[in-house]
Amino acid sequence: MRVTVRLFARLRDIAGAGDLSREAEPGATVHDVWRALVLDFPDMARYESSVSSAVNADYARMTVTIADGDEIAFLPPVSGG
Amino acid sequence: MTPVSVTTSVLELERLIESVSNSGSDGAIATFIGVVRDNNLNRRVLHLEYEAYEPMAIKALEQICREAGSEWPGTRLAVHHRIGKLTIGEASIVIAAASPHRAAAFAACRYVIERVKQIVPIWKHEFFEGGEVWIEGATANPEDEAARLEAVRRACA
Repeated sequence: MRVTVRLFARLRDIAGAGDLSREAEPGATVHDVWRALVLDFPDMARYESSVSSAVNADYARMTVTIADGDEIAFLPPVSGG
Repeated sequence: MTPVSVTTSVLELERLIESVSNSGSDGAIATFIGVVRDNNLNRRVLHLEYEAYEPMAIKALEQICREAGSEWPGTRLAVHHRIGKLTIGEASIVIAAASPHRAAAFAACRYVIERVKQIVPIWKHEFFEGGEVWIEGATANPEDEAARLEAVRRACA
């Protein structure tokens, strides 16, 4: 199945793009998508413990199972205000 | 005017005040304006660029307003966050909180800014003399009850 990955701020800079289309196995979790991303972009590894994730623009834990067509977002620590 | 927004337009506090005011039972409207400072961590800041995951930022702002509404019943809130390039002195966020009494208005207003810094997916890219850096604050976790209570504590300090 295919999912869209959204990246922001420093993570977007590391990947060189804010939107990526990725292949995922049926039953894959958000964390599986993250792990595959870190393999492609090793500089993202240092965000392992500080990144937040979202599925279809709602906060979601890394253990959540994803579905075909989902939009998975990885959010570095936020700094609005 | 919607109570929450994320916009590239210049923020107008007057319009926020109008949107929360009911000129009746309210006794107070507290407001907050966050502005771009010319220095940070001994760096001379030239400008900032804010980026947002917009649909999610809107939802997070709405959640914060709901939280403040249940913490201080009877308050009405509006919060607008600007994104894109901002120069020194420009407003990055404006908040208005109306309430029958000043204590709740002040507290709700402070709560909103503290919570924005915790859970709203917006990021500050700082351009300073000699470089640039993404500012990274809190790991966003809306389920972190300790963080929410810390925002309540600060709001009432």
